[in-house]
Amino acid sequence: MTYIAIFLTYVFINNFILVQFMGICPFIGVSKNSESAIGMGLAVTFVTGVTSAICWLVYYGILQPLHLEYLETVTFILVIASLVQLVEMVIRKISPSLYKALGIFLPLITTNCIVLGIALINITNNYNLLESFAAGVASGLGFTLAIILMSNIREKLDLTPVRKSFRGVPIAFITAGLMALAFMAFDKSLLSNLHLV
Amino acid sequence: MKVKELTKGILRENPVFIIMLGMCPTLGVTTQVINALGMGAGVIFVLTCSNILIAALKNIIPDSVRIPCYIVIIASFVTIVEMFLHAFAPSIYAALGVYLPLIVVNCIILGRAEAFASKNSVADSLLDGIGMGLGFTLALTLIALIREVLGKGTITVFAIGGFNGVISVPLLKDWPVRVMALAPGALLLMGYLKAFFNRLSEKKAQNQEAAK
Repeated sequence: MTYIAIFLTYVFINNFILVQFMGICPFIGVSKNSESAIGMGLAVTFVTGVTSAICWLVYYGILQPLHLEYLETVTFILVIASLVQLVEMVIRKISPSLYKALGIFLPLITTNCIVLGIALINITNNYNLLESFAAGVASGLGFTLAIILMSNIREKLDLTPVRKSFRGVPIAFITAGLMALAFMAFDKSLLSNLHLV
Repeated sequence: MKVKELTKGILRENPVFIIMLGMCPTLGVTTQVINALGMGAGVIFVLTCSNILIAALKNIIPDSVRIPCYIVIIASFVTIVEMFLHAFAPSIYAALGVYLPLIVVNCIILGRAEAFASKNSVADSLLDGIGMGLGFTLALTLIALIREVLGKGTITVFAIGGFNGVISVPLLKDWPVRVMALAPGALLLMGYLKAFFNRLSEKKAQNQEAAK
């Protein structure tokens, strides 16, 4: 697959939030205002990109030569947890202003399904190192797109009258459902129509 | 050892509808009833085992590195489930796909480890794990039942003997509401169910106030 095809697949066709339901918890939890949504989105994109590449290296450099493929889940989650910790420390040292913006979101990312999900999907799809990195960045951007759209809708929703039992989380889910309906327009045939497959 | 620890997870503190944890597998695998049951069984096993082990090791694990320790314990049990299903139930293994290893990052399991098992006895943690797991399975089965009946007009359960495990619902089989089986249906249904449970707890609170 070309890099454009990978990009389109993970941002639109297989958008992690709206099609595969990965990372729903931060999507509902952190989408109350658009500033924190952007921060969360950028932090996730950064982490998915880096972890995709490193997990690929760990899988093909360590696990496969030693025939330990069955340990991939344990290894990947450890890599992700320590990497998130490392990223947090590096950002705090290099750029305190960026740390202020992203800091509170970083610890949450370890348990974000997208990060582990894309690392495992890269291995299942037999991507090479660069393709894995591209898929990681694209899936993070897909998350960013969805969460920014959602936060803008929710800021407007706050000003509209909603029945008491629907207020908050239920209406957020229904909004996400309608967004997912719109995203169904992006189909696998998009790739073949653009002659990318 | 209290029975209360077992029953609270099923309705009053249901992990899916009340605490809203573990949304990714809840929505991802509920296209067929049998997938929901398979996922539920996996989560009950992992949750119970990790709760027991973490409660037993709570005095040994240093406080500063407890989260990585919990994650490694959980990931090991998930790997066991993965290998077991791969060997004995390949069709469920294939249907659950990437959501199976994602049990590791299911917030319910880490949440119970942090909020309950690290503070309570082994016996209480065992009951808590089973109860929360059952509550999760029931919620998943309810969502899968609604989505499969409306979206495909069938109910897929285990195949036993001559029975192939698929129950057809007349009318809906021929004219299914297809969107329910697809991604948007899951999100819409979750919103309506959550609103329904909010309404129930509101009514209950009103009744309690009226009784006072």
